[in-house]
Amino acid sequence: MTSPSQTIPSPDDADLADRAGGWRSVYVHLPFCEQVCPYCDFAVAAGQDHLADRYGRALITEIESATAWGPLQAVNFGGGTPSRMPAVWLGRILGCLTSRFGLRPGAEVSLEANPEDWTAEKAAQLAETGFNRVSLGAQSFDPGVLSYLGRRHSADDIVRSVTAARQAGFRSVNLDLIMGSAPETAASWSTTLARALSCQPDHLSTYALTVEPGTVLWQEVRAGAAAPDPDRQAACWEEADRACAEAGLVRYEVSNAAQPGHPCRYNLSVWGQGRYLGFGNGAHSFRGNRRWENIRDLRRYLEAVGRGESPGRRFQEISGWAAESERLLLGIRRRAGVRPGRLGRALWRSSAGRRLRQAGVIGWRDGRLRVDRPLLTDEVSRAILAISYDHGAEADAGTKAET
Amino acid sequence: MVFRSLIRNFCIVAHIDHGKSTLADRLLESAGAVSQRDMREQVLDTMDLERERGITIKAQAVRLDYRASDGHQYVLNLIDTPGHVDFSYEVSRSLAACEGALLLVDANQGVQAQTVANAYLAVEAGLEIIPVVNKIDLPSAEPERAAEELSRILGGDPADVLFVSAKTGDGVTELTERIVEMVPPPAGHFDRPLSALIFDSYYDLYRGVVCYVRVMEGTLAAGERVLFMATGEKRDAAEVGVLTPASVPVEALEAGEVGYLITGAKEIDRVRVGDTVTSAHRPAGRPLQGYTDPRPMVFAGIFPTDGDDHPRLREALEKLQLNDASLQISPEFSQALGFGFRGGFLGLLHMEIVRERLEREYDLDLVTTAPSVAYRVTLPGAKPIEVRSPADFPAAGREMVVEEPWIKALILVPPLFLGAVMEILTSRRGELGPINYLGVERVELTCRIPLAEVVFDFYDRLKSKTRGFASLDYESDGYRSSDLVKVDLLLNGSPVDAFSAVVHRQRSYEYGREMVTRLRKLIPRQLFDVPIQAAIGSRVISRETVRAKRKDVLAKCYGGDVTRKKKLLARQKEGKKRMKMVGSVEVPAEAFVAALQVRD
Repeated sequence: MTSPSQTIPSPDDADLADRAGGWRSVYVHLPFCEQVCPYCDFAVAAGQDHLADRYGRALITEIESATAWGPLQAVNFGGGTPSRMPAVWLGRILGCLTSRFGLRPGAEVSLEANPEDWTAEKAAQLAETGFNRVSLGAQSFDPGVLSYLGRRHSADDIVRSVTAARQAGFRSVNLDLIMGSAPETAASWSTTLARALSCQPDHLSTYALTVEPGTVLWQEVRAGAAAPDPDRQAACWEEADRACAEAGLVRYEVSNAAQPGHPCRYNLSVWGQGRYLGFGNGAHSFRGNRRWENIRDLRRYLEAVGRGESPGRRFQEISGWAAESERLLLGIRRRAGVRPGRLGRALWRSSAGRRLRQAGVIGWRDGRLRVDRPLLTDEVSRAILAISYDHGAEADAGTKAET
Repeated sequence: MVFRSLIRNFCIVAHIDHGKSTLADRLLESAGAVSQRDMREQVLDTMDLERERGITIKAQAVRLDYRASDGHQYVLNLIDTPGHVDFSYEVSRSLAACEGALLLVDANQGVQAQTVANAYLAVEAGLEIIPVVNKIDLPSAEPERAAEELSRILGGDPADVLFVSAKTGDGVTELTERIVEMVPPPAGHFDRPLSALIFDSYYDLYRGVVCYVRVMEGTLAAGERVLFMATGEKRDAAEVGVLTPASVPVEALEAGEVGYLITGAKEIDRVRVGDTVTSAHRPAGRPLQGYTDPRPMVFAGIFPTDGDDHPRLREALEKLQLNDASLQISPEFSQALGFGFRGGFLGLLHMEIVRERLEREYDLDLVTTAPSVAYRVTLPGAKPIEVRSPADFPAAGREMVVEEPWIKALILVPPLFLGAVMEILTSRRGELGPINYLGVERVELTCRIPLAEVVFDFYDRLKSKTRGFASLDYESDGYRSSDLVKVDLLLNGSPVDAFSAVVHRQRSYEYGREMVTRLRKLIPRQLFDVPIQAAIGSRVISRETVRAKRKDVLAKCYGGDVTRKKKLLARQKEGKKRMKMVGSVEVPAEAFVAALQVRD
């Protein structure tokens, strides 16, 4: 808990970023949707709401079968559309998590919701149950863009849903926006940003629309429809960056900005390589040195849990050099940057690293490696992946010899 | 030994794909030389690449025993000839080993430029020519038209032209009888000093260099000490034999006979096509006429995409050289491409074949630079130097005399496309010569043109502008002085040696413009703006800019995504491996090839 006497760290605070790596959190996946959005490639299911009870029971079974762990800094209900799940089930699942793992004082308990089904009544119920953060899938305030993205809510619904969350007493409200879709113009993006910020969200995520393989959008682009233009998206991002700063939101990650005291703890934990357990179909877990994922198909997941089997699949050992490279890949997405370690030093010294330095993409401040041009983060990521273990060792030896 | 009067040495002159190898198979079959069991399609084409492309790269010889209708048992030596423009010297040596030639033309496609060029070579060599129209079984065949064209070239009667189908065997017996009847028996005498013509050779892993010879005079006996007159190499004739097509050792080959000779030599460049083999103890007074040193016409840099492959590339080139005396190799270093080799080739097809064999048989990933020719550059007060790479061309502004090789080209084309062909030729500094109509369907066009204008995408353009109907043959036509300049391409201010080219001053602006435009499309956006400039010396003649990349980041990276995103990034990283660093600019390996390809 943050008391008024303590100073609240900025969302991009380096200590906070590093501390988050020690947090434990849980992700609960709720796959049900009214219909599947054309750009979405998550493990979602439309028209399967009749399975909600069975799914709720399966989640409880899965949570209860997990070996002892905790307590949790963050719980995140994602989807799908968690707000479609009956509130009573959401409460029951949260209760189960709390008794199984325990919650840290001030823990973040968050869920994703669609503006159209986020009613004052539902908001109140969930606040009562223990949820204190809501992430609303606003996406845009432009009706043309909303319809292109397959969304069924209006701009007014967004405003109404924010009010509902506030009135119910939610501590943090986030808005998700999608930028750079085909029908969006520079003017409509400016309007979307202005209207989103006028809702005074505690947190704002701005995601560049991505064409994911297998989605409806992907098929259309393959058939000749306009693909998102990266230069336009860059312009959108830069505008968002400026507008957020003016509104007092600190961009602490490539796509995320928050008021002080409101960064998403669940995400901070993931970017800091914290450990998490995932429950539900397609959910990923990272515990100890192992990462795995649950069966993605909803029915097969339910069958497996129903038979008393663990739905976990594809266990991977993440340690040594692999863990170190992930630490950097995740860490550099934050404005706080990352402690460089051997790999970061090797990157800094490599020819690719030199080019990135010259182009002002990476910098080294306060003993941390930082990406100063976040829009080019993947250039840095690839350079990190190109460094082999041996090179890292060499750079290490070189550094020691120099010092 | 065989009575000379019963020997017939002949070859088949034909354009690619006109059915030479199939006809050879049929002749072999009819003479019983190859049992059905051993028969694989097209016995004479042995390299996979030849089979695939339907062309014969290396000539070979086969001996057929044939009982003719006159009751005599004849020995027919069929000498195969390469069918492409690059190998005209090899063709001429094969022709020199024969007394007769079948001039074979596809009933559908009619006469092509190589057919004409090689027919003239055969006439000049004094060969008896038997005109043959093949593929008469095809539904679209027009044998009468092809016969008409053939007789126009040879000046004979269309009625003398034989119609065959090598595929069905139709007319093959009549053809064989015609060979016996028309082709004169070889001259020469077994008792004279030995002179034997090497018309082909290849490298055998176990036996060393095997050469194919035609004994012109004297006797080539196994165990004898022989002298290769051009190289001065002396060797023992370890084995002498004939090909049926399996090699069958014999005690000796006498004047008029065709066979093979093995001396145990390991280096193919010591045993050259066109050289004369004679006896070391009783040498011939002079070598046979017509030998020339293998002389590459086209040069290009060959570089491994991955620098670590350099030793493998060297090894592969050395192996190819064992079998290909005309392939010349010297080490080359490029700032852009690293360590590699400059290859000298007989022509473009030769270059293409070498490159493909390197990639296919040796699994190498290569970057080949724009082909160039050998310029003769004379600086004041200095001796002329030969410049084989644009990188070595003296800088602009210096006083110098530059000469470049010219060729005499022969092009056959349907009259419909004559205008298009003339346009290509004149736009490339060609000097048009006389035009002959070979019947209503085909025109023969001669032209003198700088070789440099032909090595750069000329053939592809000719084909595309004539819907594939034009055919081309050429021969050297000496050197001429010319107003040539070196155009450099600069990326981010630094010249990229691999893109430099020597072009005529009048075309330099157009060339620079085109290269700059192409490169702008081929070079991916980088972390900074990349100016692309074409320059002559320090004067920039064209400029474009590849704008800096603005966005390259995944929108999301959360718990569930880490593994997948990492894989995606790793895949993208692999793509980067195929990039060559040129100064601070990443250039895809493909750009080096694509920048130099044809465009309409």
